[in-house]
Amino acid sequence: MKTRREPLTDTQLLMTITICIFIAMYALAMIFLGGGFLRAQQIFDLLNDNAPLIIVACGLTVVMIGGGIDISVGGVTSLVVMSCVLYLNADGNLFVSMLLALGIGLAFGAVHGLLVSYLEIQPFIVTLAGMFFARGMTTILSVNPQKLTHEGLNAIRSIKLEIPWLGYVAKNGNLIPGRIELGVLIALLCVIVIFLVLKYLRLGRNFYALGGNQQSALMLGINVKKTRFMTYLISGLLSGIAGFVFMMHTGAGNATNAAGAEMNAIASSIIGGTLLSGGVGNVIGTFFGTLTLTTIKKIVVTSGLKDPWWQSITTGAMLLFFIVLQSIVLSRRGKSRAKG
Amino acid sequence: MSEKTGKARRGGLGQLLIPLIAIGLLIIFNLIRDPGFFSIETKLNNTGNTVLAGNLISIINGASELAILAMGMTLVTAACGGQDISVGAAAAIAGSVFVRIIRGAAPVTGGTVALAFLACCAVAMLFGAFNGMLVAVFRIQPMIATLILYTCGRSIAYWINGGATPTIDSAITSAIGSFIPGVPIPTPVIIVAIMALLFSLVFRFTTLELFTQSVGINQSAARLNGISPTLIKLLSFIILGICVSVAGSIGVCRLGLINHETLLIDIEMDTILAVAIGGNSLGGGKFRISGSILGAYVIQMLTITLYAMKVPSTDVKAYKAIVIVLLVVIGSPVVKRWFSGLVNRFHAGRAAAVKEVG
Repeated sequence: MKTRREPLTDTQLLMTITICIFIAMYALAMIFLGGGFLRAQQIFDLLNDNAPLIIVACGLTVVMIGGGIDISVGGVTSLVVMSCVLYLNADGNLFVSMLLALGIGLAFGAVHGLLVSYLEIQPFIVTLAGMFFARGMTTILSVNPQKLTHEGLNAIRSIKLEIPWLGYVAKNGNLIPGRIELGVLIALLCVIVIFLVLKYLRLGRNFYALGGNQQSALMLGINVKKTRFMTYLISGLLSGIAGFVFMMHTGAGNATNAAGAEMNAIASSIIGGTLLSGGVGNVIGTFFGTLTLTTIKKIVVTSGLKDPWWQSITTGAMLLFFIVLQSIVLSRRGKSRAKG
Repeated sequence: MSEKTGKARRGGLGQLLIPLIAIGLLIIFNLIRDPGFFSIETKLNNTGNTVLAGNLISIINGASELAILAMGMTLVTAACGGQDISVGAAAAIAGSVFVRIIRGAAPVTGGTVALAFLACCAVAMLFGAFNGMLVAVFRIQPMIATLILYTCGRSIAYWINGGATPTIDSAITSAIGSFIPGVPIPTPVIIVAIMALLFSLVFRFTTLELFTQSVGINQSAARLNGISPTLIKLLSFIILGICVSVAGSIGVCRLGLINHETLLIDIEMDTILAVAIGGNSLGGGKFRISGSILGAYVIQMLTITLYAMKVPSTDVKAYKAIVIVLLVVIGSPVVKRWFSGLVNRFHAGRAAAVKEVG
C-alpha cells in the first residue's frame, strides 16, 4: 500500500475507546459474574430488549452530527406504538400499519426539520414541543394500556431466529437455542444503512460538514437548510421504525412506552463518541454505546444490587466517566471543539 | 408598564414583545370564554385566614417554582450557551435534604427551618458547582454535563430519605407553602418577588450582568478583557443552585411531603421553555431575566386555561405544544425579518407616494 497511514480521526478514536471499554467490561462480567454472561443468549436478550433504543439512537446520532438535537424521539416512538396498536386492533391491515408508523415518524421529522432549518427556531424548543405533542396525543388516543390482539402481527411477533449452536443446555437437559427477534434484524439493518449513508453518500458527508462548521459548509456550496432538514427527517423516520419494532417486542400500547428513551438515546450516542456540538460521531459507536449503557444496567442487577436506584446511580457514574474521558482525550489532542 | 416599554426600547424592541403578546392573547381569550375568569375574591381558608383566591392568583402562585428556576436558568443559558436539564432532579435532592433536617429536629422552630434551608441551599450549590465544573473546566456542553445529574439525581434523593416519602407537619412550613397568617398573598409569590428583587439588586450593584453577557457573546474576547469565563460559568451554575434550593423548598412546603419521584417532575423542560419564550437566545449572550419570568407565567396561564377548559391533565401537553410552536414561529428570526421587511416596504411606499405628491 502506498497510501500513508492516517492517524485516527476524532470519530474513530472515541469509537475505539468505547468498543474497547465495552469488551473489557463484558469480559470482566464474564469472569466475575459468570452465569448468564457466559451464554450468548445474554447478548441476544440485550439486543431483543433494546432494538428500539438502538434505532432511535441512530437517528439521534445523525441529528447530533448535523449539530442539532432531537428530544422528541421517545414521544414519537410511543405515539407510533399506540396508534399502530389501536389501528391493528380495529381489524387494520398489517401493511397499512407499517405505512402508518413510517408516516407518523416522517410527519414529525418533516415538521421539526421545517421549523428548525427554514424558520431558524432553536432545535431544542421545536423538538421539545414535538415531544409534548406526541406524548399528549398518545394519552388522547388512550390513557389505558392496550393489548395487541391482531393475529397477523402476533404471528409475526412469534417468529424468532433460532441459532442452535449458540444455545445453552438448561437445567433439565434441554438444549435452548439462541433466540433473536425480527426487530433486532431491523435494528441492525438500520445501523448498517445509516453507517453506509454517513460514510459513502454525499448526503452523509454533508451532515459532517454541516455539523463541523456551518459557514464553511455554506462556502463549499452545500445546501445547508436542506441538509439540516434531512437530518430531522431521518431521525423522525427512524423513530417511526423504532415504534413499530417496539410494538413487535412488547405487543401492547401504553402511555408510558419508551419513557425516557430520548435521554437514553442521547447518552448512548455520547458514550459512542458523538459530540453534541456536531461534526463528530458514528453509528457503529452509537450501537456499542447502547450496548454499554444496557450492559452496565444488567451487570448492576446481576451483581445483587437490586434496589432501583443503583441502576441510575451507576449509569450516571458511567456517563460521568465517559464524558470526562472524552473531554480529556479531545483537549489533549489540542482539538477541543467542544466550545462551552 | 411604562417602565417595561422604556426598557424594551433601550434593549431594542422585541424581547418582551412575544411574552407580552402571549399573555395579552391568553387574557383576551379567557375573557371572551368566561368574563369572570379573572375575578379575584377573598375567602377564609382552613386555618382561618382571609386570603385572596381566584384563577389569577392560582396562576401566579402556581408558577412560582417555575419563575424562580427560570431566573437561574437564564443566567446559565446566557453564560454557557446551554441549558441545565438537571434542575428537577437537583430540586428533589434539595427538597429531600430540607425534609430530612426538619424531621431530625423534634420541635420545628423558625431556627430549624432556616437551618434546613441553609443546608439544602449548600447541597444544591454543591451540585451546581459540580455541573459548573464539568461545563467550565472540562468544557463539556451543559446539556450533556447535566445529563449525569438528570440520570441519577432522583436516585440520590431517594437515598437521602431512605426511600420513604416522609411528611412534614408544622405551622411554619405550611405557611411557606401556602399563606402566612394575616397576609392575603400566597407566600410563594412573595418569595418570587424577593428573588426578583435580589437579582435586580445584584445586577445593579455588581458587574455580573455585563460579565455574563460578554462571556456568552464571545468567550475569548471576554478572557482577553480580563474576565475569567471559567469563574463566570461556575458562578452561574452556583446561582442556579440557590434558585433550585428555593424552588425545591417551596415545592416541599406546598405539599407537606417529599416524593423524590414526582417533586417538580419535568420542570426542566418548562424552565427552558420559559427562558425561550422570554425571548432569550438559547445560544447564550444577551439576556433579560424579566422575559424569563414572564415566560414562566405564560406557561402557567396556558396550563390553567386548559384545565379550566376541562382538558384532562394528561392531554394538556398536546395543546400546550401547539401554542408553543405558534409562539416560537411568531418569534422566529425568519418571520421577524419578513415582518420588518414588510414594514420597511410600507414606509418606502409611503415615502415615494409623498414625493410624487410633492
